[in-house]
Amino acid sequence: MAILAELQRRFGDAIVEIHDHRADHTAVVARDALLAVLAHCRDDVALAFDVLMDLTAVDYLKFPGREDGPRFDVVYHLYSITHNHRLRLKVRVDEDDASVPSVVALWPIANWLEREVWDMFGVRFEGHPDLRRLLMYEEFVGHPLRKDYPISRRQPLIGPAS
Amino acid sequence: MGVGSFFTGKLDEAIGWARKYSIFQYPFVTACCGMEYMATACSHYDIDRFGAGLPRFSPRQADVLFVVGTISHKMAPVLKRVYDQMTEPKWVVAFGVCTCTGGFYDNYATVMGIDTIIPVDIYIPGCPPRPESVIDGLMKLQDKIAAQAQRY
Repeated sequence: MAILAELQRRFGDAIVEIHDHRADHTAVVARDALLAVLAHCRDDVALAFDVLMDLTAVDYLKFPGREDGPRFDVVYHLYSITHNHRLRLKVRVDEDDASVPSVVALWPIANWLEREVWDMFGVRFEGHPDLRRLLMYEEFVGHPLRKDYPISRRQPLIGPAS
Repeated sequence: MGVGSFFTGKLDEAIGWARKYSIFQYPFVTACCGMEYMATACSHYDIDRFGAGLPRFSPRQADVLFVVGTISHKMAPVLKRVYDQMTEPKWVVAFGVCTCTGGFYDNYATVMGIDTIIPVDIYIPGCPPRPESVIDGLMKLQDKIAAQAQRY
């Protein structure tokens, strides 16, 4: 796959892993190089990924084969309207240091997507202009899509804002 | 009745009878139960027979709060405020299992029954309840309204 080969050639060790199983092009990127890789993907004429289709995360707590590895993957789905091609980029983050640089400056849509990931998984986005919860309310305790969030935990009811 | 004849009754009963046929509902519709609510409210089931044909879309003009659909924790303060804005006398109908108990939702987002927030007069279970169940609940509500002691 030309895109993955090109990324590897340009960024070297910053591309930790690639696979293109059944044309599902995926690259795992080192966190330090994340912004540079994403900016290149957006601005390079041959890549031109002008749409951030989705930004989400996965909690790999107790995932077979990854018990000791970094707990979260933050996942970026890119799409190019010009070339009609797609790319998935992942960055691995530890629970102790769950934060990645914000890409709001690259794609404004990332604003709410990053707020959702913060809300649901508790991954921080450094440089985000307004990192508040998106779906849950401010008084909510915890991050409900983390695998260790108790499924039947009761949150205190909140009253009308006065 | 001829000249000079009369009948007696209690003022409570007269007021209760009048009130049970002038139900102005406030539909607080949040989810799929709304479809059954609309089906019930349309001409096929004709709830104007029960004096409940005119929904009011301001809580200040409504007597009966129909809570139709799942209430999330984030929506709970809104529901409470709508209830507080209604003037006495007022009644609350929990429409569908989500409003009765939380239904099949047992998660971080859903309120486990609206009676944790506001008092409920009639529970209509079902997922969603058929219009027949809704009308049954409405008639039970009418009985409750008619039998209610008035405060003067």
